[in-house]
Amino acid sequence: MTTATVSRWDRFRESFFWYSFKRDKVAVISFVVLMLMVLSAVFAPLLAPADPYDLAQIDILNSELPPVGLDGSDPAFPLGTDAQGRDLLSTILYGTRVSLMIGFGAVVLQAVLGILFGLLAGYLGGKIDAVLMRIADVQLSFSTLMVAIIVGAVFKASFGNLMFGEIAIYMLIFIIGVAEWPQIARTVRASVLAEKKKEYVDAAKVMGFGTPRIMFRHILPNTLSPIFVIATVQIANAIISEAALSFLGLGMPETQPSLGSLIKSGFDYIQSGSWWITLIPGLVLVVLVLVINLLGDWLRDVMNPRLYKG
Amino acid sequence: MLAFLVQRISQAVLVMFVISLIAFAIQDGLGDPLQEMVGMSVSAEEREAIREELGLNDPFLVQYLRFAGKAVQGDLGNSYFYSKPALEVIAEHLPATLELVIGASLMIIFLSVPIGVYAAIRPQAWLSKFFMGVSTVGISIPVFLTAIVLIQLFSIGVTVSWFPDDTGWGQWLNDFFTTEGGLPSYGRGDDLVHLFGTWESGLFTAEGLAHLILPCVSLASIMLPLFIRLIRAEMMEVLQSDYIRYARAKGLAAGRINFLHALKNTMLPVITVGGVQIGIMVAYTILTETVFQWPGLGLMFLEAITRSDIPLIVAYLMVVGLIFVITNTLVDLIYGLVNPTVKLTGKKA
Repeated sequence: MTTATVSRWDRFRESFFWYSFKRDKVAVISFVVLMLMVLSAVFAPLLAPADPYDLAQIDILNSELPPVGLDGSDPAFPLGTDAQGRDLLSTILYGTRVSLMIGFGAVVLQAVLGILFGLLAGYLGGKIDAVLMRIADVQLSFSTLMVAIIVGAVFKASFGNLMFGEIAIYMLIFIIGVAEWPQIARTVRASVLAEKKKEYVDAAKVMGFGTPRIMFRHILPNTLSPIFVIATVQIANAIISEAALSFLGLGMPETQPSLGSLIKSGFDYIQSGSWWITLIPGLVLVVLVLVINLLGDWLRDVMNPRLYKG
Repeated sequence: MLAFLVQRISQAVLVMFVISLIAFAIQDGLGDPLQEMVGMSVSAEEREAIREELGLNDPFLVQYLRFAGKAVQGDLGNSYFYSKPALEVIAEHLPATLELVIGASLMIIFLSVPIGVYAAIRPQAWLSKFFMGVSTVGISIPVFLTAIVLIQLFSIGVTVSWFPDDTGWGQWLNDFFTTEGGLPSYGRGDDLVHLFGTWESGLFTAEGLAHLILPCVSLASIMLPLFIRLIRAEMMEVLQSDYIRYARAKGLAAGRINFLHALKNTMLPVITVGGVQIGIMVAYTILTETVFQWPGLGLMFLEAITRSDIPLIVAYLMVVGLIFVITNTLVDLIYGLVNPTVKLTGKKA
């Protein structure tokens, strides 16, 4: 948002967007928490006390140590250790990084597919619209999670465990992106249908612009705000989907854990009393998803023209 | 109406066709039945002969038609692991999942309707705000995490000693946050009642019901916030409408307006969305059943994946696909019946 020109910065500061952001405490707090989590995840290699991927740093004798403040804890491991003796704080920082990467990546893929198909369906209409939206309907009625689980299962069965583990990040981005594109495509299509009746589109047609140019240069910019809203919520959904897939063993391997696979590996030890291995990453996951959802709610309120004028 | 019926049913058949095509492609691409049938000692020529005999060298379409023909007759092949027909294995696991879904649905219905209606009637009350806040948080908690927290709290139990024990309130707070645990968190228990066919029910014994509590609450927790929000939004919209204002002006009792006139029109969209959501719950049963080792379809499916039991995976896809298609078609048809304003021949209203 901070651009080089002063005038644009001023314009941003005087905008309704910034005004309503300042006034909404929930939005400000969510944004600050999210930024803290994103930054600590991005700089995890600098911040984390240990490197969880480095086997040489792990000592199995340190396994299942509780967080500081409980009996038997070690101050070197502020949040305790997991069953392999990895420092939980470091694994969580790295895990958040993996989860965020997959979340963003999957939403970028969804947005590309969703915008393309949504524009095509909305603007061209007819048979293309019918076919694309039918596919979207069927996929949605199956629930995106189900589609993701099935695709994940098929991939895992065809690649084998080891191979799947190595390329898991890309696989998950692909699986979740493909499973959830209908959400964005539907939103785009709905706003394209509204936009295409407007005069500026007629004007562009009269001027003799080609269909692709009208679609991407004229209509697309006017549909961006709903895309923005739904993309925010979709990041939260993608992170949850990733965690669910990893929990089922169809996602990130334990050697390169995301928050979901941390929760999974900790769950095996919950009966022995080591609750922190599963519940602390779980809490981080919930906070991450919650702040993104709250920001999404706020964005929807701000960008909804009906509420804006009222 | 007839055109609508025909259109919906033909669409359902088309979707089922696509599902079967996908399922067959998975079977074709992943499984090599020969590997399961013959040992290492069989020579390449013999393998080729068997392939030819089994029709594995036939064109894709021919093989698909054979698969579809058998599927229609209820033959989806034998499970490698259980070495019996895959559909039989599914029939054995289906009742456990059904009981889970029924229990969770009942919880959702009996909790979401009163809470949603209350939040719509008194949007400013602190209790409404509390419920809406909880449901926002609830949407952000993945179902397996809810399940894990429930296990920690009510199965393992938590002893709290954060507050000073020597004062009365400290002790009270410690007791308040300490949970007993003891609820079963594993499987369905041994005390099952045989109903009919493959249906072993846990609904009629204390042990069976105790095993059902935590999985049902977990499964319900994922849908409950959605339903509360949906009912509240629909109800608030209905309360704004002219006929409700007229009823108020006429001087009808508030209870009569809210529960007789408004609720009736609120439930219509809720029922249709609800029907679809209950289909979607099947996806979440996979997660819930994994956490609680609940011997239902979801757990069976995951085990089939780890064992590369291709026929069982394919059979699961077909059965679950069929469940989805049937619920969605029924919901569409019911909606068309109950709400005459829906465009019968056009697209979804």
